[in-house]
Parts: sequence; structure tokens; C-alpha cells
Amino acid sequence: MDELKNIPHIDEIAHRGIFAGVPPKHTATFQERTARQNKVLPSLEAAIRATGLKDGMTISFHHHFRGGDHVVNQVVDTLARMGYKNLTLAASSLAAVHAPLIDHIKSGVITHIETSGLRGDLAEEISRGLMDCPVVFRSHGGRAAAIRSGELHIDVAFLGAPSCDPYGNANGYSRDEDDAIACGSMGYARTDAKYADKVVILTNHLVRYPNAPWAIPEYDVDYIVVMEDIGDPKGIMSGATRYTKNPKELLIAQTAARVIDAAGYFYDGFSMQMGSGGASLATARFLRQMMLDKGIRCRFALGGITGQIAAMHEEGLIDRILDVQSFDLDAALSLRKNRFHHQIGATYYASFLSAAAVDQLDFVILSALEIDTNFNVNVLTGSDGVIRGAIGGHPDTAAGASLSVVVAPLTRGRIPTIIDRVNTIVTPGDVVDVVVTDQGVAVNPRRPEIAEKLRQAGIRVYTIQALKDKAEALVGKPDPIRYTDRVVGVVLYRDNTIIDTIRQIDESPAE
Amino acid sequence: MKLLKTAMAGTMESGDIMVTIVPLENGGITLDLTSSVMQQYGRRIGEVIRETLGELGVTNAAVSAVDKGALDCTVRARVSAAAFRCAQAENDHWG
Repeated sequence: MDELKNIPHIDEIAHRGIFAGVPPKHTATFQERTARQNKVLPSLEAAIRATGLKDGMTISFHHHFRGGDHVVNQVVDTLARMGYKNLTLAASSLAAVHAPLIDHIKSGVITHIETSGLRGDLAEEISRGLMDCPVVFRSHGGRAAAIRSGELHIDVAFLGAPSCDPYGNANGYSRDEDDAIACGSMGYARTDAKYADKVVILTNHLVRYPNAPWAIPEYDVDYIVVMEDIGDPKGIMSGATRYTKNPKELLIAQTAARVIDAAGYFYDGFSMQMGSGGASLATARFLRQMMLDKGIRCRFALGGITGQIAAMHEEGLIDRILDVQSFDLDAALSLRKNRFHHQIGATYYASFLSAAAVDQLDFVILSALEIDTNFNVNVLTGSDGVIRGAIGGHPDTAAGASLSVVVAPLTRGRIPTIIDRVNTIVTPGDVVDVVVTDQGVAVNPRRPEIAEKLRQAGIRVYTIQALKDKAEALVGKPDPIRYTDRVVGVVLYRDNTIIDTIRQIDESPAE
Repeated sequence: MKLLKTAMAGTMESGDIMVTIVPLENGGITLDLTSSVMQQYGRRIGEVIRETLGELGVTNAAVSAVDKGALDCTVRARVSAAAFRCAQAENDHWG
């Protein structure tokens, strides 16, 4: 062979020198190999040690097990027993079931949290000043972008998976005939698996290689732990999400469907996303009837997917489903059996740093806790100022969709929905186009052409101020929530700039 | 209006307020209020209760109220009903 240095440009085309032979080939059957050489470790402790996790590092979790999740608590309990301190917990979201974290925060095991949302006792305690460092709230797209850019660096991801093979091909369901638990799509976990330094899969269902189709490929996985219990199937998945019977919500849904049609976004081949609130789900029901009446089809439905969307797909009304999160068992079953019900990751769903599916939306129907006269929307803090929700994909889809429609009752009990200034801005009014309430529709002045089209279709359009006045006439003007000066939460927009802060609620006696 | 005995009106349902009035000899109106919307409307509910009692000529009473987000008109109606029951009187001013 020629001397390497005599080959022109050799440094640019090959760096690894001259072939020096191969290691011994294996000869065992692949089944034998699978049993002997794999990534399964005997215990969670062993896996934690193997990752090299140290005090002060960042651990991450997904929220596809919702209220049934047993992964976060078991992992953090174990980390506490092992003596870890000062960890950052970066979850795609947290639920009421994660209240045991309160003790781990008090004892210094967890000193910072990043999440899409908080609920229950943990949220209450944080609103009352539990944590020294403010919680960082990101949208699903914002989190995916931050993980990719390195703003949110994950040292170790602990990802629960309802099925996994011995090499780490993991999924939220399995196409084997079994009755194992399922969470459907694992879209939010895929970003963690791809970018975390070390990835541990926790599964209660080790299946034979290859676990295809997979959400997470083995090359993104370092270790596997087989656990008896990763979650409560009843909390992970309920049956079909039920249609609301609430007449207010049905009226809102019917109006929202009319608004979409009148605005010009209901045509053969349209795309859509529905939020998970009662009224936004019910809108799908009215759209379905309109699709049948007009003989048109939806090209794709995106997002958190419900059984209603899956049923419309099976009926032939929706060509494709892009599923980042399956909201109910019917949606999970559809993902398992329907080949055009496709699982996507958080980055492709909503990240602003790359091409994202939200950018192809014609319209999205979103719910709201509060809307203000600048069309800003709050879905994170309750009317008492306490954290009780999640950003989810709200700002991502509102920004991506050509028409974002926010649906909400004008009042909930005595609490007005439309007010002067929302307690917490999650989605800026700049990306909110239409507000639909049971008592009237308002169009953002940025979109005069939409207002005109709605009027032509016979829909009465109010100013947002008029809707606010209507609400106030009914329930009176609320006194403002009292906060202390201390910031307990920082809310980031989908580009990870700070859009608002959440302050500790002031519970001292009123003057 | 002369209050004779303890009386109550209203329910614990959402959107309602349960008002209990105990007659007092003196000491003015004392109010013990809990509300599901205390921060936003506690002050207003107190005003409406005191106004309503004032209009009925009640000057001494211990009032306790458990509010579940009642509107002003509901608060007024429940306070009036409780006061009239307290006085064992018919309200002939309706309408």
C-alpha cells in the first residue's frame, strides 16, 4: 500500500489510518446474545450509580403517565435514600400525584424545578413560597427548543416506558398481543432521550427484541431497569374522553365551529388541533357534522389526540394524525392499530428552532382560565393566584396556527373570565385571534378581515372590552389578588424569553 | 325589625350563600364570612350583607355566612329571608 502521506488530500478524506484487522465475530444466536449482553441493570440504584449522577445535576422525566405516574416519586425517593442533594428536576409536566416532592424540596434533594405545569399540593406549596429558586415554566415547544439549544441541559433522563426490549427500544404501547399498560404516544420523552447525557428507561414490560415500532431508539438509551410498578393504569389512561353535556360549553363549541367556517379555514384538506377542555373537544363534534354535510375532509389533526379525533380518522374524515401525546385509551389504541396515526416528538411538534408541525395548522381551539382586554391568555394560575395548570402547547399552537380560537365561558361561578389584566400571561394577545364565549365573540383588532367575515356570516362581533363589561355587570368587579414581592415562578414564551412572573400569594390578613 | 330567634337561609350549593343570623341585644353587626371567592369578592359580600341588614333595620346581630360564589342579588335575597325568619315575620315588601 502507498505511504499514507503520499496520497493527496488524505487528511481531508480519511483520518483513521490503515485497516488493522477485526475483533472476533460473535457466533451465538441473537436470542442468546439478547439474554447475556444487554442494558438491563438489576436495580434502580445500580442504574443511578452507572449514570454517574452527581449532586447539582439535572434529571428529567416525561408526563405521559399523567395522574397515574409512579416513576417520578420512586426515582426521587431512591435518590433521596442514596443521599443526593441540590438536583434540578426538569419534567415535561407534573401532576397532583407528585405531592411527595414537597418533602424532597424541604430536605434539599430537589432545589430547582422546570416544568410545563404544576397541580395539587405541590403547586399550592410553591405558590406559598416553598422554593428559593423560582420554578421555570416552559411550553412544550419551548422546552424542546431549550433542550436542543443546551439552555436546559439534562444530565440523566429517567423515562418510564410501557414496553422496552433488552437494548432499549422503548414505546408507549406494544403491538404484541398483550394486556400491558399503555400510554400511547411518548412524544415528550423523545426529546429527553435524544439530548440527555444518560438515559435510563424504567419499564414493567420487557419485551423481545426488536420492540418495533418504537418511540425511543436503543441508540439513545444507556440503561434499563425493570420495575414492578411504573404507574397506575387507571390514572395513566381513562377510557374515551367524554363529550360535555354542559349547555354553555356546547353553545361555545357550536359558535367556535361557525367562526372557523366563516373565517375561511374550513375547506377540503384543512388542518386542525383541539385542546383538551370540554368546549374545545365538543367543537370537534360540530366540525364532524359540518364535514359530513359539506363532504370535506381534514388532511391532518395534530397534538394531544383524543378518542374523538381517532374515531373521525377511522371514519375517513381525517387523513393523518400527528400524535405527540395520547389523551385517552381510545387514542392510544388507535396509535397502536392505525398506520396513519403517527407518533411525533416534542421538537417536531412545536419547537421554534426548527420546522414544526404547529406551523402547518389552519386553526387551533384552545381553552383559557383568563383572557384580558389585550387578548393575553392565562392557563397557568387560578383566579386566586395559585398555580393550578400547565402551559402545554398553548402558545406554540396559537403562534403556529393561522387562526387561533380561544374558547371559555364568560364567567365561571362568580369569577369573570375576561378581565383587565390576566394574573399570568402565558400566551400573548399578539397570537390570539378570536375569543368565543357563551355570551359573544370578540376578534382581535389585528385581524379586521376576520371580524368582517364573521359579520357577513351573521355572527355578532363584540369588542373584547364589551365582553369584559358584560361579565362585570353580572358578577361585579373583583378585587385584585394580593401577592408578595417574592417571585416563585418565571414563565417563558416559546422562544424562551421571559413573558411573565408568578409571585407568592399574600395570605396576611387584609387591611 | 325585631329579631326573635336564630334563623338561616340559603344552601351550600355552588352559586349560593348560606346565611345564619343570631339576634343580639347590643354590639352592632358582627360578621363571620367564609367564601370560595374571598380574595376577589369578600369585601363586596360583606358590604351587601351589611347594606341589606341596614335596609331592614337590623342593628344588632351575629351573622355567619358561607358563600359559594353567590351573586349580589342572591346574597341580598338570602340575608333578607334569614332576617325575616329571625323576626318570624312575612316580607310584604317583595317586588
